Amino acid sequence: MRELLQLLEHDARRPVKELAAMLNKPEFEIEEAIKKLEDDRIIMSYNTLIDWEKFGDHNVTSVIEVNVAPQREVGFDAIAERIYRFDEVKSVFLMSGSFDLLVIIEGQSLNKVADFVARRLSTIEGVTSTRSHFMLKAYKKDGTIIDDKEDDRRLVMTP
Amino acid sequence: MNDWEQALSDTVDLVPPSGIRKFFDVAVSMDDVITLGIGEPDFVTPWHIRESCVYGLEKGYTSYSTNKGMLPLRQEIANLYKKNYAIDYNPAEEIIVTVGVSEAVDLALRAILNPGDEVLIPEPCYVSYKACVILAGGKPVPVPTKIENEFRVTAADLKKFVTPATKALLIGYPNNPTGTILTEEELNGLAKFAEKYNLIVLSDEIYGDLTYGGLEHICFSTLPGMKDRTILFNGFSKAYAMTGWRLGYAMANPVFIEAMNKIHQYTMLCAPVTAQVAGIEALRNGEKNMHKMINEYDQRRHLIYEGFCRMGLKTFEPKGAFYIFPSIKETGMTSEEFVENLLEREHVAVIPGNAFGECGEGFIRCSYATSVDKIAGALNRIENFLKNI
Repeated sequence: MRELLQLLEHDARRPVKELAAMLNKPEFEIEEAIKKLEDDRIIMSYNTLIDWEKFGDHNVTSVIEVNVAPQREVGFDAIAERIYRFDEVKSVFLMSGSFDLLVIIEGQSLNKVADFVARRLSTIEGVTSTRSHFMLKAYKKDGTIIDDKEDDRRLVMTP
Repeated sequence: MNDWEQALSDTVDLVPPSGIRKFFDVAVSMDDVITLGIGEPDFVTPWHIRESCVYGLEKGYTSYSTNKGMLPLRQEIANLYKKNYAIDYNPAEEIIVTVGVSEAVDLALRAILNPGDEVLIPEPCYVSYKACVILAGGKPVPVPTKIENEFRVTAADLKKFVTPATKALLIGYPNNPTGTILTEEELNGLAKFAEKYNLIVLSDEIYGDLTYGGLEHICFSTLPGMKDRTILFNGFSKAYAMTGWRLGYAMANPVFIEAMNKIHQYTMLCAPVTAQVAGIEALRNGEKNMHKMINEYDQRRHLIYEGFCRMGLKTFEPKGAFYIFPSIKETGMTSEEFVENLLEREHVAVIPGNAFGECGEGFIRCSYATSVDKIAGALNRIENFLKNI
């Protein structure tokens, strides 16, 4: 099961026929396993890693350190939910260390992201402070090197 | 006008030309070729190994090392064999670091052969064995094996070719090109044979880490009585994806190692010190990445084996290295015709089996050290090729 997940994590479009051959299992077993992993939400979604910059979109990504005052009974969860429901918010993590929530926001421009932080995020009740960092360049994303220059340099035939 | 051809040594004339050269030239001229013809990993050397070499350069590791190689490297090699095979090699006297296994094989043959000495070589086998024996002044004696026995060699096969001039047995398992490995029982058969005829065994175990399906590699020196008569070869090329670094080693009794070192010190001096530094890092911290690569090879092995079975080409499941060796006899073509036509019509490069010995005629070697997408693509093209002949 772990091997199947690793293969799908690397390439979600790999046909079941190939997966079955690679894992030396019948196709129906692979199909059933994927179905179960989806039903259990172990496989949560199939996304595509896109180089939007290359496509021509120049979005701005901001990493924001958020400090919050935890609330009785729900701790950080209620405030986290108020934050992650916004479409602009790509990721939210509860952190140890000098701040509480790490929020990643994507917007069309610096102004729009700044506006979101000023008007939406920092005004949420319980948010005590924010500190924003804008990303300048992505070198590696989710395990993929963006501009990988390590082509196959092997000779075409060797003994 | 000098006829320089006449000036060449007779020995060089005896060495057969490369069996893949002409296909190579065609293959490089195509931009959409998918190649299953590469005998080296498709992984780049893991970063931590490369980084250690860079660090070594920064620290000034740029001089010669001792002839036999840096002692810490030899110590790590000894540790590896102690850990994996519970066998002791003394790093000071029983290990020599070489410029790839290729140099080590050459040294060993030159150290032990007198003119006319015969070396038994089970075929199909790696292309340089025969040539190295000739260049060392010996006589290679090919011992053919068959697909019916999954290209395993037995003592009975060897016995047919043994003569009073037989000095050594040169084996390479897991095997390039067939992917064959031998069981302990089969290896013991060879060990007894070597003992009976008092042969030196040269065992090239460069693919020793690449075995699949829960089958463990058996190091030839660990067989009863074999350590003393075995010259064992291994290196970093396959398991750590370090082919271009040219780093290998040989392990044997001090008499053989000293004799090999004598040649090595005058011809090579030492293996590149930058590679040796990287080799230490590979042995100390490379296991995790190695297992990741082996796991990927295993998945591709299943994929390619299933693919050839589906096409109806007679083949057997390879258990080691990263090659599969299907028969193409049913097509009525020779290996070279098959390879040439496949390359021309479908732009897929494979290696003709006869490049690895006469008994490889009627087979092709396909390497699965390439991405899954390329393997799947190549299989589709080969299937298409077979449908249209």
